[in-house]
Amino acid sequence: MAGSTNESAIKASIQAREKSAGRKKLALNLVLLALLLIAPAVMYPVFLMKILCFALFAVAFNLLLGFTGLLSFGHAAFLATGGYTTGYLLSTYSGVTTEMGILAGTGAATLLGLAFGLVTIRRQGIYFAMITLALAQLVFFFFVQAEFTGGEDGMHGVPRGYLFGLVDLENNTAMYYLVLAIFLFGYLLVQRTVNSPFGQVLKAIKQNEPRAVSLGYNVNWYKMVAFVMSAGLAGLAGSMKTVVFQLASLNDAHWHMSGEVILMTLLGGSGTLLGPVVGAAFVVNLEYYLSQGALGDWVDAILGGIFILTVIAFRSGIVGEVQKFIRKNLS
Amino acid sequence: MRIMKKLLTSAIASTMLASGAQAAISDNTVKIGYLADMSGTYRDLAGPNGLTAMEMAIADFGGKVNGATIEVVNADDRNSPDVASSTVRRWVDNEQVDMVGGLVASSVSIAVSNILEENDRLGIVSGSAASSITNEHCTPNHIHYVYDTYPLANGTASAVVKEGGEKWFILTADYAFGHALEGDVTQVVEASGGEVIDAVRHPFPTSDFSSFILQAQGSGADVVALANAGADTVNAITTANEFGVTQSGQTLAALLLFLTDVHALGAETAQGIQLTTGWYWDMNPEARAWADRFLEETGVRPTMVHAGIYSSTMQYLNAIKATGSDDAQTVRKQMMDTPINDMFASNGIIREDGRMVHDMYLAEVKTPAESKGEWDLYDIVRTIPADEAYRPLSESKCPLVTNN
Amino acid sequence: MTMILGVPLAVLFGQLLLGLINGAFYALLSLGLAVIFGLLKIINFAHGALYMLGALTTVVMFDAFGINYWVALFLAPLLVGVVGVLIEYFLLRRIAHEDHIYSLLLTFGIALVIQGVLTNIYGVSGLRYSMPDVFQGGVNLGFMFMPYYRGWVILMALLVCFGTWFMIEKTKLGSYLRAGTEDSQLMQGFGINVPLLVSLTYGFGVMLAAFAGVLAAPIYSVTPVMGSHILIVVFAVVVIGGMGSIAGAVITGLLMGVIEGFTKVFWPEFSSAVIFLVMVVVLLIRPSGLFGKEA
Repeated sequence: MAGSTNESAIKASIQAREKSAGRKKLALNLVLLALLLIAPAVMYPVFLMKILCFALFAVAFNLLLGFTGLLSFGHAAFLATGGYTTGYLLSTYSGVTTEMGILAGTGAATLLGLAFGLVTIRRQGIYFAMITLALAQLVFFFFVQAEFTGGEDGMHGVPRGYLFGLVDLENNTAMYYLVLAIFLFGYLLVQRTVNSPFGQVLKAIKQNEPRAVSLGYNVNWYKMVAFVMSAGLAGLAGSMKTVVFQLASLNDAHWHMSGEVILMTLLGGSGTLLGPVVGAAFVVNLEYYLSQGALGDWVDAILGGIFILTVIAFRSGIVGEVQKFIRKNLS
Repeated sequence: MRIMKKLLTSAIASTMLASGAQAAISDNTVKIGYLADMSGTYRDLAGPNGLTAMEMAIADFGGKVNGATIEVVNADDRNSPDVASSTVRRWVDNEQVDMVGGLVASSVSIAVSNILEENDRLGIVSGSAASSITNEHCTPNHIHYVYDTYPLANGTASAVVKEGGEKWFILTADYAFGHALEGDVTQVVEASGGEVIDAVRHPFPTSDFSSFILQAQGSGADVVALANAGADTVNAITTANEFGVTQSGQTLAALLLFLTDVHALGAETAQGIQLTTGWYWDMNPEARAWADRFLEETGVRPTMVHAGIYSSTMQYLNAIKATGSDDAQTVRKQMMDTPINDMFASNGIIREDGRMVHDMYLAEVKTPAESKGEWDLYDIVRTIPADEAYRPLSESKCPLVTNN
Repeated sequence: MTMILGVPLAVLFGQLLLGLINGAFYALLSLGLAVIFGLLKIINFAHGALYMLGALTTVVMFDAFGINYWVALFLAPLLVGVVGVLIEYFLLRRIAHEDHIYSLLLTFGIALVIQGVLTNIYGVSGLRYSMPDVFQGGVNLGFMFMPYYRGWVILMALLVCFGTWFMIEKTKLGSYLRAGTEDSQLMQGFGINVPLLVSLTYGFGVMLAAFAGVLAAPIYSVTPVMGSHILIVVFAVVVIGGMGSIAGAVITGLLMGVIEGFTKVFWPEFSSAVIFLVMVVVLLIRPSGLFGKEA
């Protein structure tokens, strides 16, 4: 029906729109970055670091749920493995510097991700969720039993140490910029991955796995790489968290933590890059403000209510809904 | 290392105090943080009612100390050391909180006391059971008030062995607290001439205990001891009752039972069980008078933790009043120098490791016929003197003690 | 005495029997989950909370109105079933055409709300409920003392499980149900009210959970959080049995009870995790579970 001139005009206008959208996005990201850089002057740094740790955890998780379509119900295992490994190394060996501890924690979580992946990657949907849950429960059992974790009491007094043996991380401001740098590394890594050809295949798998298979892609290999990467980044988040709080505990390994990261991702908007970050910030803030004062004993009920509301009314999450709104009204 | 540094600074601080250099209440406000589990497993033994107990203490004190106002902030720790430590760091860094009270889960207490030590504020632990809090985890910045695993094991186990319970079967919750209790009980039983023939560790939490009770029945033990807490203990006792453990001649010993647990079980099921407690609401007229007021405020009778929160807050405020300072070391020293005589304890002493030692009580749960009301549950059988109840300083692993 | 691996045979007999009794609870709970998943494709993470609601209703009805155990055995599941129907009608229906995962998240939220609200009302230290007098005491089987009530539990659980299986797999009503959920338009065309059928099916699955709750009330500490620990274990049972397989859920429930029981003797610390090990192994060998159809 449409003539060829018409078609190319449409193409051109789409390109122009994409270009301006890309510029807008870049501008938005720069504004956010500037905000993060000056944030510790306004907000309490330890609290900001907590948000960034959980944000990285949720971003890692979202690589699977949002961009590959895999719901892992066992991500707490990676968070805890990263945290415990880093904590153990830093408090046992005085020769281990902070960055070595964090790298080792990330490495341990990546290896665990590889092991999980080998067992689970062929399973789909609910079976995938359940088998990751089962494996995470076995990891939880290991952490309960293992001597070095301190069991239910947890691991305490992990030294923050010196970055490269130079920068004293006991200083909250120094610590904050390290955490921010690590977070940005993780975030940009996921962004690059998602926008690469590799990421396009992941999205294809999410939308229609049989079709991706028929196009000749080795789907399991792609999923495996995404899974291991997600596990490694989750471990990195856990390592960072241990260094910031100077402790690691069983709460990180409990299946409730796996549920919480789902909530953060979904609430912020799965399948968007910024969504998990917003979701993590929202949940951490909410938990903090609810646990203070009069509504203290209602935290669980309110979190549950938000869960319900999100699933019923805002399935695309905060960022997703905002994007929809912008697309409808502003462009 | 840190402790050494702290000792040094506290020594300097006290010399300065002696010369009258430092005696002031910072920003003319005494700010107390109440941190406890408000919504999870330990909610009923401290929780929202513990906050009420703390507020009662402040109101009774008059709401002001030496002209400075007393403020309370509170938060739910969700039994998570992360949540607890981020809350307390903020309290310390941004809100000038001087003392943190409540503190139930031992992971939370340890995490919080580390932060308080770093920032030189004071913590008063009322809910935790772990004796390690004033042993390997001791700091010059906290006090452990109500009870710990050592007297629990000591009080109940030595009494039961004396009554002829020689062969023991211990059912232990499989985590640090359970292991500590099991270790302490084993030591006491063996020292009193008894023998532990088997110890089985059950996962935490467990809802069905029938399998473990059957193992206990088959073990040939005289005593089945429960080294667990809360819902686990309640479930284990219910099941033991159902399977006729006591009817077949075995004695049931619960090592940690709170009043709320016994209330949940009821006198019918719990009758005859011996337990050790740090306080009981009906143990003397003073305790009863306070418990009546607490009942009016909350609708329930207080646990020993509630009473401990009231008493410790009162002691804390008195120490500020006496010294005119809210500096952690000054206040702690004053609290150590003042014996505690109130509705909670008579002649309670805070030792240098931070352990508050006071008389403990061996109680027996009343029969339904003896019990005159839903909370009339214990008979106090014996008073265990403070120096016999708690771990002696000579066995302490706390560096604050060994350094002296 | 004959010994196996250092444990007297008599003790093993006892553990076998107790394992079956615990398994009966698992069977009853996983049956409800399997009905809900098999027919409606809803992953019901509120199951533990609804089990708790059954137990709590029993206790509260007794305390407030003096309603006894026998009445509660019918009334409590009915009331909780009504709650289930309301949940389906007002919430689950809205996401019926979305990915199954959303039903998991939604019901997880529902469970948090139910538990959170009831914790504020009833606390966590447990409510007292006395066993009916008929069940006081027990019988000595030679190898163990068997409380009468445990016998009652296994009897009732097996009866209900068999009845449910029979109704769904062998009766006309069951065939309507299966057909209605597989091709709802066709069944609508036959003049069958499918939405109502869906509500009632969810309500029925919930009733099974509540029934297990009533059975549990006299022997376990009744608290608002009693369902949260058992939930993922029961889920593991359903997955091992094969999601959606009615008979699979029941048989696996009993089997897991026994496996867990023996673990409590040989490696008690591991008893809470053994089911997950079984699950991993089973899914590696049979991806759709022991009794599941290949997807």
